[in-house]
Amino acid sequence: MSGYGLAVGLCIGVVLLLFLLLRTRRVREKYAAMWLLLALGVCVFGIFPNLAFALADLLGVQTPVNLVFSGAMVVLLLVCIQLSVEVSNLEEETRTIAEEVAMLKLDVQRLREADEARVAPPDPGADPE
Amino acid sequence: MTRTDGATPAGRPGDPRVLVVVPAWNEEDTLPAVITEIRSSVQGADVLVVNDGSTDATARVADAAGAAVLDLPINLGVGGAMRAGYKYALRNGYDVALQVDADGQHDPAEIPRMLELLRTEDLDIVIGARFAGQGSYEARGPRRWAMRVLSVTLSRVTGTRLTDTTSGFKACGPRAIRLFAANYPAEYLGDTVESLVIASRARLAIRQLPVTMRPRAGGRPSHNPVKAAFFLLRAVLALVIALSRPTQPLPTGVDR
Repeated sequence: MSGYGLAVGLCIGVVLLLFLLLRTRRVREKYAAMWLLLALGVCVFGIFPNLAFALADLLGVQTPVNLVFSGAMVVLLLVCIQLSVEVSNLEEETRTIAEEVAMLKLDVQRLREADEARVAPPDPGADPE
Repeated sequence: MTRTDGATPAGRPGDPRVLVVVPAWNEEDTLPAVITEIRSSVQGADVLVVNDGSTDATARVADAAGAAVLDLPINLGVGGAMRAGYKYALRNGYDVALQVDADGQHDPAEIPRMLELLRTEDLDIVIGARFAGQGSYEARGPRRWAMRVLSVTLSRVTGTRLTDTTSGFKACGPRAIRLFAANYPAEYLGDTVESLVIASRARLAIRQLPVTMRPRAGGRPSHNPVKAAFFLLRAVLALVIALSRPTQPLPTGVDR
């Protein structure tokens, strides 16, 4: 078995894992899509290694493996940045929700107090207020 | 328990409705005195304590001192707490929202002067500033340079002389409340530096008023030069990013 076989096997494993995660809704499609594309892309290179050589030749990269490595690094970098953006979005959403919760809590407390003040006197008719 | 909330505006009719917002994170020791002082020095103002995810009895002591309490379930930082405060002010129809720190550093006796300036000069934001002649606050080394860079740049941006850009002692008029309720950064220095950039971009009128700052009741400002250098770097970064950001227009109409 060649190294390429190993690469293909690994990628198929990744694709399967993502598929299972998607099926059980543990990862959302918008995040999985990128990983799926990446895994499939590596599969293609694994099955047709000459593609990497041709591409490296085309781009003027002397060693094809360097092209693959640098490509992988760029993709990982982009994925990390995307995750940072998503985390920032989540923080902003959490912040807004926290504000709303705090305001609702205060509203509820006031309503409850008003309600208690209304209910508290045993004989409402005798209450001067 | 008595409370002074949005339902019962105090003071004479026609007076602006004033809300004093106190962002508080684990300030149970100093908070009751601050609230009492605010209530005695600003007649007819409501006090709102924004409890920023405290782990101590901040919310309880604030409630006992007669303030309304906005109880944030998580810690959002001063910027986060203040945006919640501005949202509350907007939704409950306040005309002026003041920020006063819970550590006792800001003297509530200065508030009437700030309100007076806000009203007579038709301003949107009045900043209570140290370094401006009154009081005796001193900063040294890189922290001082950072303060200097910030004050020179922000004075140019806002078109008014600002000597203390990191002051959290601020009075905001109706337009500033509307702006900050929608857009108040939770970033580091966002509540001071960036909010001033946002306000001046929205063409709000800003002015500073020299005030006396008191020494903080708890904790002392650090004079560690490494920390101060980091402060300088982060301040410049915050400033550059804030200035490069596209202008956010003043939100109109809908109150949410």
